[in-house]
Amino acid sequence: MEMNDIFRTPTLPGFSPTGKDGDVVLVSFVRLARNFRQLPFPGRAGFQQLQAVASMAASLQGDLENAFGESFDLIDMNAITPLEREVLAEKHLVSQSFLQNPQYRLVLVSQDRRISVMVNEDDHLRIQGQAPGLDLNTPLEAVSKVDDTVESRQDMAFDEDFGYLTACPTNLGTGLRASVLLHLPGLVYTRNMNNIINISPQLGLAVRGLYGDDREVVGNIFIMSNQLTLGFSEKEIIDNLKSAVTEIIAHERRARKAIELYRKDRLADDVWRAYGILRYARYLSQKEALELISKVRLGMDMHLIDEVDEKCYDGLLIGGRTSFLQNAAGSDNMSGAEVDKLRADMVRRILMAYRAEGRTGA
Amino acid sequence: MLCDDCGQNEAQVHIVQIGPDGRLEKNLCENCAKEYGGNIYAPQNEGVSLNDFLKGVFGGANAVRSQDPTACPNCGMRYQDFQATGKIGCAVCYTTFRSELEPLLRRIHGSSPHSGKIPRRTGGVMATKQKITILRRNLDKAVAQEEYEKAAQYRDKIRELEQLLAQGEGGAAGGNE
Repeated sequence: MEMNDIFRTPTLPGFSPTGKDGDVVLVSFVRLARNFRQLPFPGRAGFQQLQAVASMAASLQGDLENAFGESFDLIDMNAITPLEREVLAEKHLVSQSFLQNPQYRLVLVSQDRRISVMVNEDDHLRIQGQAPGLDLNTPLEAVSKVDDTVESRQDMAFDEDFGYLTACPTNLGTGLRASVLLHLPGLVYTRNMNNIINISPQLGLAVRGLYGDDREVVGNIFIMSNQLTLGFSEKEIIDNLKSAVTEIIAHERRARKAIELYRKDRLADDVWRAYGILRYARYLSQKEALELISKVRLGMDMHLIDEVDEKCYDGLLIGGRTSFLQNAAGSDNMSGAEVDKLRADMVRRILMAYRAEGRTGA
Repeated sequence: MLCDDCGQNEAQVHIVQIGPDGRLEKNLCENCAKEYGGNIYAPQNEGVSLNDFLKGVFGGANAVRSQDPTACPNCGMRYQDFQATGKIGCAVCYTTFRSELEPLLRRIHGSSPHSGKIPRRTGGVMATKQKITILRRNLDKAVAQEEYEKAAQYRDKIRELEQLLAQGEGGAAGGNE
């Protein structure tokens, strides 16, 4: 039952609009890379060694449940369908590269879906926590608690100078990657995004679009994360990212205000049209849906659209993903048009479900 | 028009492939087209990855590939394996290939040693050492600002910790013998 839940419910628990600076920051992630001391890293481990890591990790399930007072699901990637694996990635619970080899790959997921532990990704353990809005401390506390729980049972790979040892030398030290998902329609519209992408490396940060390809970012969602992991404390890394993000938030708000000032009616027209299409369309491509959802979200953040509750946003994002839709329909053998139809159905259903109180809609 | 590959569905995608056999054009249905390339709206994971850069940093086109036959005693990785994949084999490799890795790590991270969290179980001594380093820094600052009372406190605390460390090491050495 509950397993079905995670693959089928159209929600992203980290994406609640109530988070701090939630008009710009969608969700904050913190990830720790950890390895057990003796065994080779997954890239060089044989099946027996992978299995040893998997059973060590699986035995942590009870400890984690005790530590957090909450149940954890243990999902064997080899026991679920390829579509279900994709859904876990679409829900930001596992990475895309984790899907390549499912044998002896496990993931532990907390009941509130805000903590997930990938077993045998690049490193033995990749511990990830998330929280809505700009809030890196909550997930850092959560992943540290998971780390403490693991460490109370097992010796971890560690070196005095290099810190926590990881398969990729870029994660050495703290093994910590903090990242933040940003919705930046204002900066994209005012053509300021390139400046931010160019400046970020100087601050030790990386920025890229979440959806789209290298020519075009679709949906105005960007992911910003730290690049350096060694020589800084966890807190320094997080504070550095936080101060950069705070700066970006101020710029994004200024850009939105400028658009409001100079093109208020046009903007209102634009976001309501987007809402109208999502509300009534019968076919929606992934790209079109992402672009329209971004406009509707902007309309809600700027209090232009009052007909639907903000809480619909994460549902629209995940409900519009191709593997999620195919998995919900129980078939991976669909044409693009069939998926586009399912996507339009899903989007209409979610917008209906979240119509704001006192309005009947159309 | 039907798909050239499966012959069942309506062709919706036209592709041109240039390979050793020359130019090849095909009309494909969406399902078969997927076989030829990833979904462009998937999150960006394909394409250039960090590992490609790492490979460049250590083993780029003009860098000399290590011919050193030394293999890590724990996992069997040789240094040229790392140059090829950009991934370290196991925790012991960091000791085995320390002299090769150090300059490279400096290029990525700079020369500062780890200053973050330390595992309590394996790193008790280290944690104390790190505390002493931080206290020394505070001590210097206090002296520079002529806050001698504070400085004295730091000094006492450092002594206390150093004693603790000396006892711990003596104890461990005694235990080994």
